[in-house]
Amino acid sequence: MPELNVNGVAIDDTYAEAFGMRATAIVITGPNRKWMRQAAASMTGFATSVIGCGCEAAVDAEIPPSETPDGRPGCRVMVFAVSSDELQKQLLNRVGQCVLTTPGSACFAGLEGPTQLKLGSALRYFGDGWQVSKKLGGRHFWRIPVMDGEFVCEATTGMTKEAVGGGNLLLLAQSSGKAMAAAEAAVAAIHHVPGAIMPFPGGVVRSGSKIGGKYKGVIASTNEAFAPTLRGVAKSQLGPDINAVLEIVIDGETSDAVAAAMKAGLEAVTDLGPGRGATRISAGNYGGKLGKFLYHLKDLLP
Amino acid sequence: MKALTFTLIAEPPERLDLSPLTPERLAGLAKPDIAQIRIGLSKRASTVADVFRFAGNDTQDIVFDGGSTRFDRLGEGMTGGKIRVIGDVGAQLGRLMRGGAIVVEGKAGPHAGSGMRGGRIEIASNAGDHLGGPLAGELAGMNGGVLIVRGKAGAFAGDRMRRGMIAVLRGAGDHAGCRMIAGTIVIAGETGDMPGYLMRRGSILLDRKPAKLSPSFVESGAPDSVFTAVLDRHLIAEGILKRPLLGKAQHRFSGDNAVLGLGEIIFPR
Repeated sequence: MPELNVNGVAIDDTYAEAFGMRATAIVITGPNRKWMRQAAASMTGFATSVIGCGCEAAVDAEIPPSETPDGRPGCRVMVFAVSSDELQKQLLNRVGQCVLTTPGSACFAGLEGPTQLKLGSALRYFGDGWQVSKKLGGRHFWRIPVMDGEFVCEATTGMTKEAVGGGNLLLLAQSSGKAMAAAEAAVAAIHHVPGAIMPFPGGVVRSGSKIGGKYKGVIASTNEAFAPTLRGVAKSQLGPDINAVLEIVIDGETSDAVAAAMKAGLEAVTDLGPGRGATRISAGNYGGKLGKFLYHLKDLLP
Repeated sequence: MKALTFTLIAEPPERLDLSPLTPERLAGLAKPDIAQIRIGLSKRASTVADVFRFAGNDTQDIVFDGGSTRFDRLGEGMTGGKIRVIGDVGAQLGRLMRGGAIVVEGKAGPHAGSGMRGGRIEIASNAGDHLGGPLAGELAGMNGGVLIVRGKAGAFAGDRMRRGMIAVLRGAGDHAGCRMIAGTIVIAGETGDMPGYLMRRGSILLDRKPAKLSPSFVESGAPDSVFTAVLDRHLIAEGILKRPLLGKAQHRFSGDNAVLGLGEIIFPR
């Protein structure tokens, strides 16, 4: 394998393998930043992986009050799922249980697309006949009376079939502290990329998985090739200097967004260098046969 | 292509029915055919050529250079394209319109935008009674679209309105939004007696407290309203208003409780 090296950080000649997904986005606003973030945090909680959560969701970007439909602090939340039906179900459950319930919140469409998912047009039934429909300039809103006033919710939001889930970077470091520093640098950089989210806690996964396992019925199990404690006993990918590996998983509105996010992450980690962060960067794949999208690290180097 | 321009020769001697002069009804007609269209409503039976000189060929872009309060039914049933009137118009401007845009640079008579379902009408000056309202015997008034009056509107503006938005910027007469079924009416300036008289649903949004509110409206709280913020921003973005209409805090009244009572009148606190 030819050795690639940027700023002392070794880059594996490998690729991340990602899959086509369905995605939607909404804009959540609140009376202030704290409660807007609270609504988004509740809605995107337990949404790390489609394996067990039904969807993957996170905040894409904060939106300043001057750019939200109601002039209040807002953020764009993206939700990814494997099918349109599951995406619709997750969107309604999460907005209904988490955004509708948050004091002072409102919810607007965050994606334009040929296909529409129901939002307010389904949640309006919570109004029990007291809900009010308003159409302003081609946009349709539902106003649902609640105990602190009204929950305003746009009737529908767009869905894209161009979304990609599973872009990733594996950050290999000498210590868990250095792996964490590299991961935090990558997360901070990827937050600036529009249309890309990192659904795992704080954007980082420590339990990278492989498909299946030795036990019957297990969908995913630990990726022993990258587990440092198994270096001597399993077929390992890790050299003697690696003691911690963290993964960044990226879902994007488009394939370009995933590539841009991986590029931004690679740049941040190589800028940090091996002294403070990762000594090696790799990526997870399944041999290239399962995913439609392959992102070669060597094409994304800064 | 040049806008099809009808230049008024002199004040018409009779009321005119201008409903044949819309983009869809003029499309494909040759000039001699247009000249012969009968528009006079009395036994004089004026034709287009008797009343107008006309030139240009773009039937999607029609201009009336010179207007009159005798210009009735202008833009009736229009579905696309645009009409601009440099002057006044008579009754039933843009009646049953479904799309496109009409701009009147003068004033309009009664029943402007009557029963319109889509498109946009903008009247630079005043409009008569029954703005957007149904004709006698009809059940529903305005059913969609945007109707902007930059002057005053007469009585019964938005009568039996069901959908769409009416914005009146220099005050409206008595009973604005009477018998409303739903929809949105925005009024800046003085409002006459009893706005929302017998309204079932819908919103009447005012820039001040109405002088005389029907006793069958009840105060229904003053919560922070996202809807008013969205509306204020929409009105400014559309160029309808320059300043917010409702501002940060409002009074809200629900009614008309003589009927269904699901409508609302909102004005700044």
